[in-house]
Amino acid sequence: MQLDKIFAYRRENGRVGIRNYVVALSLDDISNAACEAVAANINGVLALPHAYGRLQFGKDLELFFRTIIGIGSNPNVAAAVVIGIEPDWTNKVVEAIAKTGKPVSGFSIERKGQLKAVEEASRQAMKYVVWASGLKREEVDLKDIWVSVKCGESDTTSGLASNPTVGNVIDRLTEIGGTCSFGETSEITGAEEVCKQRAISPEVGEKFMAVWREYNDLINANKTDDLSGSQPTKGNIRGGLTTIEEKAFGNLQKIGKKAKYVGVLDYAESPTGPGLWFMNTSSAAAEAVTLWAAAGFVVHLFPTGQGNIVGNPIEPVIKLSANPLTCATMSEHIDYDCSQILKGKLTIEESGERLLNLMVQVCNGQVTAAECLNHREFILTKLYPSA
Amino acid sequence: MSEVRFLIHGSADNVGVATADIGAGESVVGLYMDSQKTVELKAEEEIPLGHKIALCDVNVGDSIIKYGHDIGKVVAPIKKGDHVHIHNLKTRRW
Repeated sequence: MQLDKIFAYRRENGRVGIRNYVVALSLDDISNAACEAVAANINGVLALPHAYGRLQFGKDLELFFRTIIGIGSNPNVAAAVVIGIEPDWTNKVVEAIAKTGKPVSGFSIERKGQLKAVEEASRQAMKYVVWASGLKREEVDLKDIWVSVKCGESDTTSGLASNPTVGNVIDRLTEIGGTCSFGETSEITGAEEVCKQRAISPEVGEKFMAVWREYNDLINANKTDDLSGSQPTKGNIRGGLTTIEEKAFGNLQKIGKKAKYVGVLDYAESPTGPGLWFMNTSSAAAEAVTLWAAAGFVVHLFPTGQGNIVGNPIEPVIKLSANPLTCATMSEHIDYDCSQILKGKLTIEESGERLLNLMVQVCNGQVTAAECLNHREFILTKLYPSA
Repeated sequence: MSEVRFLIHGSADNVGVATADIGAGESVVGLYMDSQKTVELKAEEEIPLGHKIALCDVNVGDSIIKYGHDIGKVVAPIKKGDHVHIHNLKTRRW
């Protein structure tokens, strides 16, 4: 297979980014307006507003910081201004992002007011934009592109064609020493024993099972019936999916036939080496992609059946579908139509090659459908209510 | 070769998945996705797009195999060419 060369941004810490954003990152919900004002003032600044950051505590607060710091540290981000209501937590985020070596500055609003903070942050952001716009892409290896995968609005075409297409790409990437991740703890229910066996060692498999059991215990503690009325969903059943096992095995097609996962990551946790990694995530698309972006992944492969339209502000999401109706009626959302597989006119192997080629183009700067349509879903995972 | 109307994930499977609506009594061609071999089968019942068709007879209590894995237990006798769904297949989970 002959792939185009990839030209991307090598960051100060050696990681590779495929986009070159200067971001105005909110520490907290009440600083969103200031971040949006900076983005309005300075052409080339991307505001990253979100709903949280106040009165969180314990593990939920740890996850909040890991997510915000991870987003600022992602190699698709060239530089960041962080704006928060007060200086302490703002500086905590700035200092952690600064460890990557990238330019980052913090601004707080108390004792100063929003207008003054916006002016200071805008002046700094302008310097960053001028600097970042002068950075040049350089040739990088495909294996240095961190890739995450998750499906959404699945139907039987997902299990037949679009998920195995992604799985084929995962097999190719892990073979050359790439770094990839899958998750969706809840959707693996029914195939968890097989997922356990796909671990590189019994220890890693047990670690996966511990994460899965924690989720399953939550279901068992809260369920009011045997779940056969809700999993698979009525829509799944109408589409031909009969059992939860069948749905889960369809989902698992995304990790290919050969790859073994080398470790289990907590929410938004970064991998410590190459290979395929399981990350504990929700199956809600925007939450899950945000967790992978925070863990440092730079491009996402998203197979869909009925047509989930999710995007992310800093991690481009590439969508593929094998459902001919979805590809016809929602064409502006689909980057790659692999419905020819259903007619027996395209093999999974050929389809995987096509998807990988498209991914290389996106790495080289070609915009995705979700980027064109301004999908910037930045959704933090919240573990429990704030104080 | 006539048009492929259903796909089979792998040689271990005992069901295929319709990739277009199949009418009762129709003889249709299926494709094994692993080997690219084809198989011809007469549908005994209507099989809607995305639904499963039995490749052989399966007894009550036995498993339906798809993706090479057990996806549930058979709860009503299944004949080759039958529609396999919630009326004759149940999860082993609950």
